[in-house]
Formats: sequence, structure tokens, C-alpha cells
Amino acid sequence: MANHSSGADFRTRLQEWIPKLVLSPSLAAMLVFVYGFIAFTIFLSFTDSKMLPSYDLVGLENYAKLWNLSSWWVAVVNLFIFASLYIIICTVIGLMLAIFLDQKIRGEGFLRPIYLYPMALSFIVTGTAWKWILDPGIGIENSMHLWGWTSFQFNWIKDRDMAIYTVVIAAVWQTSGFVMAMFLAGLRGIDNEILKAAQIDGASNFSLYRRIVIPLLRPAFLSAFVILAHLAVKSYDLIIALTGGGPGRATELPATFMYSYTFTRNSMGIGAASAVIMLMTIAAIMTPYLYAELKEKT
Amino acid sequence: MASTGQDTAVRTGPFTRLFIYGILLVFALFYLMPLFVVIANSLKPLGEITGGNMMALPVVWTLEPWRQAWSVAQIGVEPTGLKPYFLNSILMVVPAVAISTVLGALNGYVLTKWSFRGDKIIFGLLLFSCFIPFQIVLIPMATVLGKLGLAGSIPGLILVHVVYGIGFSTLYFRNYYASFPTELVRAAMIDGAGFFRIFWRIMLPVSGPIIVVTVIWQFTNIWNDFLFGASFGGQTQPMTVALNNLVQSSTGVKEYNVHFAGAILAALPTLVVYIVAGRYFVRGLMAGSVKG
Repeated sequence: MANHSSGADFRTRLQEWIPKLVLSPSLAAMLVFVYGFIAFTIFLSFTDSKMLPSYDLVGLENYAKLWNLSSWWVAVVNLFIFASLYIIICTVIGLMLAIFLDQKIRGEGFLRPIYLYPMALSFIVTGTAWKWILDPGIGIENSMHLWGWTSFQFNWIKDRDMAIYTVVIAAVWQTSGFVMAMFLAGLRGIDNEILKAAQIDGASNFSLYRRIVIPLLRPAFLSAFVILAHLAVKSYDLIIALTGGGPGRATELPATFMYSYTFTRNSMGIGAASAVIMLMTIAAIMTPYLYAELKEKT
Repeated sequence: MASTGQDTAVRTGPFTRLFIYGILLVFALFYLMPLFVVIANSLKPLGEITGGNMMALPVVWTLEPWRQAWSVAQIGVEPTGLKPYFLNSILMVVPAVAISTVLGALNGYVLTKWSFRGDKIIFGLLLFSCFIPFQIVLIPMATVLGKLGLAGSIPGLILVHVVYGIGFSTLYFRNYYASFPTELVRAAMIDGAGFFRIFWRIMLPVSGPIIVVTVIWQFTNIWNDFLFGASFGGQTQPMTVALNNLVQSSTGVKEYNVHFAGAILAALPTLVVYIVAGRYFVRGLMAGSVKG
């Protein structure tokens, strides 16, 4: 440094740059590994990539092929069935447990962790446990037979038409407690004075919840929907562990379809196209929500 | 936090209360049943599962399935048990959690206390990156890891988990630091304290709760990951992939009791973390994902 003042100047300018320098590795990583990779996968979906990435463009051919594949339609229909049931059942159970737990329940501190612990588990663990519980040979069906209910039948996991519902059972088991916690937080945020006033006006408990409490829980409903919907689209591990996509292809979802077409069937272009559709589905759900969240904060 | 507020003021009659307790108890049993099945059957000889009732306690109690799952069982082609894979997961999860948490703290600090033009856009992009389906990055990631020479290695998995973990860790710290008074930071700046000094002396001492939350969240997500482990693990697969290989292996007799013991081994670290620090975990989930 030539003199004292330019030294101080250098230091202040350095101070201005440090925050940006600190942020830059994360920013660079995000731009390359998230948005760069997304762009690359979108690009691949327009190429004739097979086992390895290729750079020969084929236009929309992969998308046309994709929507003509019966196995993709199976995956899409399964996702629709799975996601709607998963979201509805988790919301109903979560809301019910939250309202019930909110009635000055003795032992709430004991019950709440029991409802929530499945959240801490890997879907592979959940899938493994339910795979054998639902297995007709050694699981619930066998237990019922041993307890004397010999006509009891529960072999959904081996049944092509019913297997997708076993995925719903295991997924609901894993996440409904978490949805309960979201609604409980919402309920605890409601001002009790509103409820007391309505009670003085003679409202029954049922109409109190239907007319006042549930409408006030709108933000919790929205958050629960967004989180459950994006988890449903991303579901992969649970299918792998619980049914392996079977019996046959009966429980394939877009996530398992993408993986098998890309890495085992050497149709990378079609795999990339299916990944793009998954991303677009999630973007359609998340973007309005995140946009509203960000705007609200500022 | 909203969840620390009062219970509802709604009054209920004795019959309704009995009904409510009944339902709450039934659901408690629903959530506990698989845990009971997994633990009880991991302590039985195989014959008691194939020839007995899954819902019953063991007649002969044995730890043999645990020993098998840990150090004997065939995983893939090697009869190593789950032990080496457990170690892989530890070696992967510790650095990945540490790095993503440190970066998240620094990013959150910059985005809230050193705001600049365009920081909202950067945060929005980071936020969206938390929710992408990872299928969209699998193909280029495989290529890049190969080019970097990190395919099928622990450092490769650490890189993947750090890169896709930054979004959430930044989100947590940003939300937490946003409520910390900026005047204190301004005052310290006027006193001549620099960027790192303020972080070290002012922000870090109040960051305890959010560090706990972020570490638990990242630990749970990274330990439980399957997709990245299966895609990029190669010879150094994490615990979840090894458990799946154990359970799905088609050769020989299905040793259900060993599978159950393996499932517990895979679940144990996150369960222990949840039992020890579950309250923070829940609060963190609420703070990060719900603003109801």
C-alpha cells in the first residue's frame, strides 16, 4: 500500500466484497449442479441419447414416444391414484389427530412422539417392514388365520390391481403424523377468544370447527398439500423397498420409470423426457406457493 | 412458535372425550405396530416367523439375527454383513452434514445481514432447488462425477449431498437470522468489526437452536437417502442401499428375522437422534416448511 488512506480504502472495499465471496461457492454450485444440470437434462430430452449422452437433436420425438408407451401411462395413472389418496388420507388423519390432541388431552406429550417417529425413518426401512407385514404368507393374513379368522384375506401386495394401495398404506403411515404436527401448530396459533365468543353465541362444537377453525387453518392446509404433493411425485425409495414396482409393473411410478429407462433400458432420451415432466409437475405445484411465500415476507 | 400456545377453549362432554381417547389410542397402536413387529421378529429364530405368528412375542429369544445382519449376512456378493456399509454411511454423513451446515449458516448470514441487489432472486433459486425431483439431475451428475474421478466413492457422495443440502440449510439459517436485530450488526460494523468477526462474536453465539435443527434435518435426510446412494455409491454404498440389497436378494432362504434386524440397524441412528432431540426436530420442520 502506498499510504495509509488507500490502505483503509482497500479494507473497506474488501469488506464489501467478502459477503459476495462467501456466498459465491454455494451460488456457483447451485447454478451448475441444479440449474445447469436441469438445462442439460432438458437438452438431453431432445436428443437421441441411448446408453450415453448424445448430442444429435431429434426434436420432440422422445416426448412422443414417451406418451405412446403403455408403461409410462401405467406410471402416470399410478401416480395420480397414489398422490390423490396419499394427500387426502394424510390430510384427514392429520387434521383429525391434531383436533383431538388439541382437546386438553392427558398424555399428549406421550402420544405426539409416537405419531411422529415414522418421519425419522428411511423409506427403505418403512418399505421393508410393511413388505413383510403385508405379505400374505407371514404377515397380517397369516396372523388372522392363526387367531382363528380363517377366511380372512389380505393379499393386496400380490394383486396387480390392489398393490398400489399398499404403497398408500405405507406412505400414509410414514407421513400422516407429520401432517398432524403441521395442523397442531396451526390450531395452537388460533386465538381462543374467537372460539369463546362463538361458544357464547351458542355454536355447537361441530359447527365451531366447520365454520371457524377449519377456515382459519387455510395456510396449514396449503402447506400440507404442497409438501405431500411434492413428496408423492418424488416417491421412489418406498416403491423400490415395498414392491420393487411389481407385481409385474403394477406399481411403477414416474420416478421408477425414469430410473429404469435411463440406466437399465438404455433409453436415456426417454428417461430425460420423463424427468422433465416430473420437474414440470413439481414446478407447477411449488412455484406459485414459493412466490407467494417470498412476497409475503418482504 | 405457535405450537407453544394454549390448547383449544372448546369444551367436550364425557362421551365425546371417551371417543377421542379411543381414536387417539387406536392410531397410537397403528403407528407402533410395525415397530413392534420389526423388533419382536428380529429377536426370533427364523422358524418362529415362517411357522408362527408375526404378531407374537418370541418364544425363544435370540440375538443371532442381529449378529447375522451386522457381520455375516450376504450383501450383494460378499458375506460381510451390514457393518462396512454402516461405516460408509457414517463417513459420508458426518462431513456432508458439517459442510452443508457451515455453508448454510454463512449463506443465511449474508442473505439477511449483508443484503445486496439480487439477493432475493438468489434465495428464490436456492429455495426452489430444495424441492426439485432429483431424477432431473441424475444423468448429468453421473457424467460429472465420472469426469471428476469421484464416481462410486465416499467423497463423490459427500459432494452430492452437500450440493443438494445447501438449499435447506440456507433456508433454515436465513429464516432464523431474519428475526435477529440488524441494528446490532450495524452497531458492530460502526465499531469497526468485520464480516467474520461479527459472524463469530455476534451471530454464532445465538445460533445454537438453529444449528441443532439444521444438523438433525441434514443428518436424517442424508442418512436416509437411497436414490443418490444407489446411483453413485458404486462399491461404497450407504446403509439404505445395503439394506435393500439384503432384503431383495433372491438367492437362498428368505431370512426375515435378519432382514428385520438389518432394518433396525439402518433406522437406529436417526431414531436415536429423534428420541434425544425430537422436540427440536419437529420445531425445525415447522419453522422451515410451514409458516401457518
